[in-house]
Amino acid sequence: MYSKMLSLRFPVQVVNEPIVVNLVKDYDLSFNILKATVYPRQEGLMVLELSGHKSNYLKGIKYLKGLGIDVKNIGNDIKRDDAKCFQCGACTAVCPTGALYIKRPEMEVIFDNSKCSACELCVAACPAKAMEVNFDRILLE
Amino acid sequence: MAIKKTTRTIEEINKKIRSGKAVVVRADEMTEIVKQRGAGAAAAEIDVVTTGTFSPMCSSGAFINFGHTKPALRASKVWFNNVPAYGGIAAVDAYIGATEVAEDDPLNGVYPGQFKYGGGHVIHDLIAGKKVTLRATSYGTDCYPRKEYEKKITLSELPYATMLNPRNAYQNYNCAINLTAKTIYTYMGVLKPKAGNANYATAGCVSPLFNDPYYLTLGMGTRIFLGGAQGYIIGPGTQHNPNAERAKNGTPLSGAGTLMVMGDMKQMDPKWIAGVSMLGYGCSINIGLGVPIPILNEDMARFTGVADEDIFTRVVDYGNDYPNGESKPLAMVSYAQLKSGMIKFDGRDIPTVPLSSYVRAVEVAEILKTWIKKGGFLLTEPQVMLPTAKKS
Repeated sequence: MYSKMLSLRFPVQVVNEPIVVNLVKDYDLSFNILKATVYPRQEGLMVLELSGHKSNYLKGIKYLKGLGIDVKNIGNDIKRDDAKCFQCGACTAVCPTGALYIKRPEMEVIFDNSKCSACELCVAACPAKAMEVNFDRILLE
Repeated sequence: MAIKKTTRTIEEINKKIRSGKAVVVRADEMTEIVKQRGAGAAAAEIDVVTTGTFSPMCSSGAFINFGHTKPALRASKVWFNNVPAYGGIAAVDAYIGATEVAEDDPLNGVYPGQFKYGGGHVIHDLIAGKKVTLRATSYGTDCYPRKEYEKKITLSELPYATMLNPRNAYQNYNCAINLTAKTIYTYMGVLKPKAGNANYATAGCVSPLFNDPYYLTLGMGTRIFLGGAQGYIIGPGTQHNPNAERAKNGTPLSGAGTLMVMGDMKQMDPKWIAGVSMLGYGCSINIGLGVPIPILNEDMARFTGVADEDIFTRVVDYGNDYPNGESKPLAMVSYAQLKSGMIKFDGRDIPTVPLSSYVRAVEVAEILKTWIKKGGFLLTEPQVMLPTAKKS
């Protein structure tokens, strides 16, 4: 089982394609949509977790890219500024996916961006304001 | 063979520090040493135990004198980067408090407020060498005619900048949960409904006042690590309450002791003074603070040998009880349980969340240990002890 958290950016002309259904039907993949802003005649953004056999996953990604969709690992959109983070752990209260967790017994606060769903709850909850989101915010509003 | 009872004075310890022979360990290391070899053997061997904490400490701030202007000004209102400072002191003196929020902040108008910039951030920015906009207004007098002043300043240009924190290093602190049905935003962090998480805010066995629970070795004049520089304890902090209920080992089961501390901001390191924003609550400041505990006798070895499993705090509901001024203990939990990641409450496992950085607390203790070992940090004899309670 292969699984990745992805951000998909749609050009205007792809917005009408039922791409998620095609990923399931043609590529035998399962999905979990965490965030989606897709309107007719506008650029769209979707955050989803895509899972399945690795070869199917890779074919699915090829299909998406072939449509002109910009596919990115979500981890690349969320960053922690390690100079600002002072390893308290306050973020672990709100992180729903366990991407932010405490390694014991060292009590180090770890950010595993492969588990991050870009929900952004940590951005506001971090006392040091160390979490950065590089989404194109216009697409989310 | 009976072990000879160890006693030593601060003067004797300083002699060893000067000659580079002092035996110094961190409080977490001391815990292991006392566990394995006992307090008597530990006292015979070890001269100083270093402690540390890096936590939000709201009751903090700085006295800043920004120098006389031409023409002269008697500042009555003062702002740094639009954060109001208290100007009711002298002509060009001000006190900037850590929790003061920038004047244009929407506060909780958009709930939960983000509180992005406040006094703690100003203090951090100054220590980091950044330019800060000073603005002052006055009603004008014969001797101080100027009514307005604005200038970008840096810490190095200021004639005087001293951090003076009325209440730091709380000896112990509540473990906060939320028993209501909705998420709340507190100074103890985000608390999810129905006891979804349990937040706590001390470093446990490495935290300064857990290692000298009756304040037997520290008081006015004790030299400490403050914000990456050498600072001083200048007295008991506000809300210092030595009479809180205590465990057999002397550690209090709730707040208890606090310290008032001061230090020269110009010597400090921005890594150890950080402005913080508590979602829905306000601005604050994280302070790195460490106290060296001289092992004057076996009692002090036993006190500094305290382990997380022997230090307890109260679980308090911040949903209903605390806001109503009725913070009754719903359970007692040890710091070993809190650090494990889960506590048992009401038959359920509740994930725990630290607000105090244990990693940084140990780092403070380690830096202080290195300073003392290298002979650059001598211990001082406290001139006035803090109010304390009788040992049980």
